[in-house]
Amino acid sequence: MIKAVNLYKSFEGNPVLQDVSVVFDDNKTNLIIGASGSGKTVLLKSLVGLHDVDAGEIWFDDQLYTALSFEQKKHLRQQIGMLFQGGALFDFATVEENVMFPMDMFTNWSLEEKRERVNSCLQRVRLENVNRLYPSSLSGGMQKRVGIARAIALNPRYLFCDEPNSGLDPLTSIVIDNLIHEITHDLMITTIINTHDMNSVMEIGEKVVFIHEGMKYWEGSKEEILHTDNEALNRFVFASNMAKRLLNTGH
Amino acid sequence: MRKIFTLVGQYFLLMEKVLKKPDNSTVFWKQFVQEVEKVGLSSVPIVAIVSIFIGAVITIQTTYNITSPFIPKAYVGFMTRETMLLEFSSTMIALVLAGKIGSSIASEIGTMRITEQIDALEIMGVNSANYLILPKIVAATLFNPLLMLMSFIIGLCGGGLIALTTDVITPADYIEGLRMEFKPFYIVYGVIKMATFNFIITSISAFYGYYASGGSRNVGQSATNGIVSCSLCILIFNLVLTHVLL
Ligand SMILES: Nc1ncnc2c1ncn2[C@@H]1O[C@H](COP(=O)(O)OP(=O)(O)OP(=O)(O)O)[C@@H](O)[C@H]1O
Ligand SMILES: [Mg+2]
Repeated sequence: MIKAVNLYKSFEGNPVLQDVSVVFDDNKTNLIIGASGSGKTVLLKSLVGLHDVDAGEIWFDDQLYTALSFEQKKHLRQQIGMLFQGGALFDFATVEENVMFPMDMFTNWSLEEKRERVNSCLQRVRLENVNRLYPSSLSGGMQKRVGIARAIALNPRYLFCDEPNSGLDPLTSIVIDNLIHEITHDLMITTIINTHDMNSVMEIGEKVVFIHEGMKYWEGSKEEILHTDNEALNRFVFASNMAKRLLNTGH
Repeated sequence: MRKIFTLVGQYFLLMEKVLKKPDNSTVFWKQFVQEVEKVGLSSVPIVAIVSIFIGAVITIQTTYNITSPFIPKAYVGFMTRETMLLEFSSTMIALVLAGKIGSSIASEIGTMRITEQIDALEIMGVNSANYLILPKIVAATLFNPLLMLMSFIIGLCGGGLIALTTDVITPADYIEGLRMEFKPFYIVYGVIKMATFNFIITSISAFYGYYASGGSRNVGQSATNGIVSCSLCILIFNLVLTHVLL
């Protein structure tokens, strides 16, 4: 479980997050949705500590993350996996070295063991025979998948994904969504995903949090989202024709 | 003025994160070897070329400047040696390196910053500043004083080539000059200067890269700012060290 309590974050006096309180459940794919610029990335980065918040508390299970020291945070972070909006693969390293990186840093496994683990992670994201390639020679979707493989390399307890399928075709998007969903349930972890893709919401939105202008406007499940009377959320949801059609067929 | 103080404060805060025991020493030594190659060995050709030409030019200029018959010709060798050792092989070579390795460090780390690779390191629980910057600082500070010694010797050879191939000065006079009143401490002085300058180059250019933001244009801008600040600091510390050590 990850819990945020009354989070505030501003940049040079410009408020971005305002009084955000939300709980993300274990063993679920928690989605943060909202328009571009609404503060999703800032919220995600604040949760993992890449931004220092101005006020508020962040809990990882029973640990108050915002009160931990630098060293304690480092320790907790070894249980966090994160997929970045742009992939953020290390361009100085091959695919194999990228996925192996957390193992090199934090385990004393033998090379054999590490290779085995790398291959099983890559298999999980359905990538084969790319071990020796550099990230620059992979397609965007493949980079995202390597990013996921690296994020799950050490069996994290918490998984964060910033727009895992932006810039991907609908088919690959669904593959990646399902992959994250499957990993979440297999490893029984807390997963938080940023997205503005209604397809993802309908596919894997077990818990959905709607952010609008830096505030939490609504939360619920994908079943509830089509029948809410929250105006801002309706504008967001029904901007896509697909959602309208879904609602109509549901009637 | 306040901006400068903020920058300096930020720099020392970063160094506090950098100068820590590495998370994983095996990984550190592997990186160290790679960095010796990147910040040191790869600069051997440029340092060699610059040094041989400058050694030759100093020899010719000194000869033509000694017009008085009372000054023995051997002083040319002596002057070449002293100029190379005291100033050229450390300060000038450091300024050349500031341009070469400073810009590559700033843009390498800056690119990692804007493509979120640094965030990715942090999220894994790696001290990114320590992981990325410490190997470069240690490699340059320990290894590059050897470049200074190399530059010194090659510079003297440059002067020697002039003595051998032209009639500006005889080889015998030149060699006599090289051996005149040699103070071994000057070598120590040169090495200390070079080590300090290389600490400055790597840490300051890494600092500018680490705090790059925005797009690729900003990375280029940080690299430029890095080189300018490195060069200024080298000149200031040259003055300070010379005052303290000599
Ligand atoms: N480092 C920063 N410095 C200043 N302002 C920032 C910074 N990061 C984000 N912001 C501001 O915060 C607001 C929210 O940005 P954020 O990146 O969280 O949006 P988002 O919801 O992730 O959008 P998108 O869907 O396009 O990724 C924007 O107005 C942005 O200008
Ligand atoms: Mg975003």
